[in-house]
Amino acid sequence: MAQLTYREAVAAGIAQEMRRDNSVVLIGEDIADAGGVFKTTVGLLDEFGPDRVRDTPISEQAILGAAMGAAMTGLKPVAEIMFSDFFAVCWDFVVNEIAKARYMTDGQVTMPLVIKSSNGGGARLGAQHSQAIENWAMAIPGIKVVAPSTPGDVKGLMAAAIRDPDPVLFFESKSLYGAKEDVPEGEHIVELGKANVLRSGTDVTICALALTVPRAMKAAETLEREHGISATVIDLRSLVPLDTQTILRETEKTGRLVTVEENPRLCGWGAEIASIVAEEMFWSLDGPIVRVTTPHVPLASADNLEDLQLPSPERVVAAVRDLVD
Amino acid sequence: MSSTQTAAAGQLQEALNQDDLAPETRLKLYRLMYECRSLEKRAYDLFMQNLIKGTSHLALGQEAVAAGFGGAMRKDDYTYCTYRGHNHTYVRGVEMSEVLGELMGTTAGLMRGKGGSMHLTSVEHGAMGSYAIIGAHLCIANGSGWSAKYRGTEQVSVCFFGDGTTNIGAFHEALNFAAIWKLPVVFVCENNLYMEYTPIGDVTAVEHPAADRASAYDLEKIIIDGNDVDEVYKTAQRAFARARRGDGPSLIEAKTYRHGGHSRADPGKYRPDEEVQEWLKKDPIPMYRARMLANGISEAEIVKIEDDVKEMTDKATEIAKSAPPPDASLANQDVWADGGVAWRN
Repeated sequence: MAQLTYREAVAAGIAQEMRRDNSVVLIGEDIADAGGVFKTTVGLLDEFGPDRVRDTPISEQAILGAAMGAAMTGLKPVAEIMFSDFFAVCWDFVVNEIAKARYMTDGQVTMPLVIKSSNGGGARLGAQHSQAIENWAMAIPGIKVVAPSTPGDVKGLMAAAIRDPDPVLFFESKSLYGAKEDVPEGEHIVELGKANVLRSGTDVTICALALTVPRAMKAAETLEREHGISATVIDLRSLVPLDTQTILRETEKTGRLVTVEENPRLCGWGAEIASIVAEEMFWSLDGPIVRVTTPHVPLASADNLEDLQLPSPERVVAAVRDLVD
Repeated sequence: MSSTQTAAAGQLQEALNQDDLAPETRLKLYRLMYECRSLEKRAYDLFMQNLIKGTSHLALGQEAVAAGFGGAMRKDDYTYCTYRGHNHTYVRGVEMSEVLGELMGTTAGLMRGKGGSMHLTSVEHGAMGSYAIIGAHLCIANGSGWSAKYRGTEQVSVCFFGDGTTNIGAFHEALNFAAIWKLPVVFVCENNLYMEYTPIGDVTAVEHPAADRASAYDLEKIIIDGNDVDEVYKTAQRAFARARRGDGPSLIEAKTYRHGGHSRADPGKYRPDEEVQEWLKKDPIPMYRARMLANGISEAEIVKIEDDVKEMTDKATEIAKSAPPPDASLANQDVWADGGVAWRN
């Protein structure tokens, strides 16, 4: 075990796969010499050289197109889109090209690529550099969607995403880059599509993802300590594949479900989970399914305003107390 | 023009003036063009009989571009084309019945009806897809070029697109990217003078929509007669050699004309009659037939090709028509590499 930050774990996961497979290559803006604007690719150029770790111009369409064409012809590219907000200028490649190629060609092509991107708020960067867009990605058939919450999961899920034969959008939470924990030093893989039950309780089940995981955990501790409410917390880890079995099982045990989502309200991932749970285990519920989300507004930049918008432990505590009391 | 550009243009002209294409090469190119013409005329007829649904974008009149480049490609090179891509896909060695079957949505089709006219793909033939969102595939062709360069295979990616594509951002991103990474990609603009229904000159700041942009990416300005298959073929050979040498991409503007409208829905009435008549005189197929005869190829050999092609088109139509529609299970297959479509457990 070694102590790694979330950002160091990104590079560790990529490096692990680059060492074992020469077809893994990395491209993006400022990812080589500079080691990434969030320093998530530090050391990779030195270890793997300029043929495998390459800076690109500010050309998001060219980046994703290159990744796709390379993936179809023998490479396993990892491409970085610096901020997930920038997917809006290259979404065609995700939606129309990468996601659909296998289906449209009757299985003639496979698309083993990873697109990594810093996602979400909390860094006071304003409305165009702070969005949590995992729910956009989830809406497209043909894309796997991963969003880890801990350094250990970052390394293991990144490695699994690179080995996966399908396209994966890998969302790094930019507010978690500094988080630190012990991470296995040798080969470490965390299977895609397996949610992690972080805490087992009896009164309510809280589903969280990426940034909202530590916030849900903090809320659960407060609920236990101050209000005598016992909460289960699930870290979903990925939205596609979605581990519905774990969600259903853990919700069955408590009879109550709260989702904590960083995306804006409408069509957030919690809505899909709420719909599944309502359809498949409505009669086992002891109360309504409650969603805590960022409100349906763009994110503001000032500390106090952004803090009000993002789901906080306090808002989770209040929502759970309303539901349970 | 710089002095290197002038020299390069001079060399090309010299090559064209020589009657140096072997008769068998000429016959091969003629056959490819003739097959394309026959295939697409048949596609048109099948539309009229309502046996092909949806839309279709024919390249009748533009066959010399597909045949000239296709004829010069190595078997393991990659083709990227647009929704007007029946011919570009076909010339890689695909069966006619596989094209017609896909257009008709039967199991004889290349993708058993899952892609349709605008997405013909045959990876085993290097036809890496027909792309229906303007501009995207230029960026994707770069990826295959990058991969070939990384793997050291000297394969070339050839990317065909229309004049309208030169005004979308992806065109410019792709060319800059290919130029800075010196990728083995040959970009071929088929300038048929119309961006869908609008004359390209009305919506473009420069006279030559592709070639006039070449200098921005430190590329040679290349404009060719896209209806002269010899010129296309020789230009392709030069560009491929440059790419395989590691000298980087080429951008070629081939001037041509589509005989019909933009798509099935468009009769093309916005084009002046005189213009259409003028271009029909420059139809690449009769033009080439006359050149072959003038260069000593016997009419009997040419007629034999024409008869053959008619027969193969009829046979292909029968195969495509008589094949069953795809099994319902195909609708929910192959989203993922494991063949499945599951997004949850």
